[in-house]
Amino acid sequence: MTEDLTDRTTNGKAKECAQIARILAGERDLFHELIRPHERVVYRMLFSMLNNEAEAEDASQAAIIHAYTNLAKYRGESRFSTWLVTIALNEGRNRLRKAKTMREDSIEALSEESDGDYTPALLTDWREIPSAVLERKEVRAHLEKAIDQLPAIYREVLVLRDVEGLDIEETAQGLSITAASVKVRLHRARRLLQKNLAPVLKGYAPKGKSWLGAWS
Amino acid sequence: MKIDCKHVWDHISSYIDGEISQELRNEIDRHLDHCSICSATIDSTRNIVVLVADERVYEIPSGFSQRLHARLDDVIRHEG
Repeated sequence: MTEDLTDRTTNGKAKECAQIARILAGERDLFHELIRPHERVVYRMLFSMLNNEAEAEDASQAAIIHAYTNLAKYRGESRFSTWLVTIALNEGRNRLRKAKTMREDSIEALSEESDGDYTPALLTDWREIPSAVLERKEVRAHLEKAIDQLPAIYREVLVLRDVEGLDIEETAQGLSITAASVKVRLHRARRLLQKNLAPVLKGYAPKGKSWLGAWS
Repeated sequence: MKIDCKHVWDHISSYIDGEISQELRNEIDRHLDHCSICSATIDSTRNIVVLVADERVYEIPSGFSQRLHARLDDVIRHEG
């Protein structure tokens, strides 16, 4: 499985580099194709920062246009998606700064050493909650709210690693932090989510075999 | 080495990602065999990580892609 993933990543990167070369050589419309697989990541990253649909959409457009006009500056050292995440992150941070709505936790600049209460929600058993529960809007809202309430530096890592599926190295590059910091922040983000979400979500565990039927 | 609950909690994330030594994994597994709280903590964390990765979380607004590509078209057309 690891080999497949490595192959796919290598091939994907080679394909993207070839596309970028063609765009820079004049086939401008190819940028549409280049960006299509990444536009969701950009939006979700920005929504998690700005917490407003319209603002996140506008910021996504601005970030992607910035990537287009600065494409010649992409050197291929990192994956294109990582480069794009950095642009999106800067766009989001600039907007937060301009609006002076910087969340308190960002100003506070929590450090890796900061102590917090990461004691998990103590449960004695856990019944698996199937992904099907996400059909319910209120469950999605619980998840989004819990992510939103994380301190910014943990939220950014969680969104890139767990929501978008970037690996540790890509996340580290995208956020300009070390791989060790990614691991610490991810660990804390996941523990905070467990602490805040597990007590709420456990009420959505299936009661029996025909649990889905109970909702219809 | 016998590990306690707090020690297990320190490794939840790397345990889930499979990024710990076999020795530590065995220790944690032994602890989980008799500790229902830590078992539930790890199971619920893993479950939440799976749910968070679902595409239905952070739904993309309808028409997002069309509006983005229309705006990109504008930029590309007005460039030269």
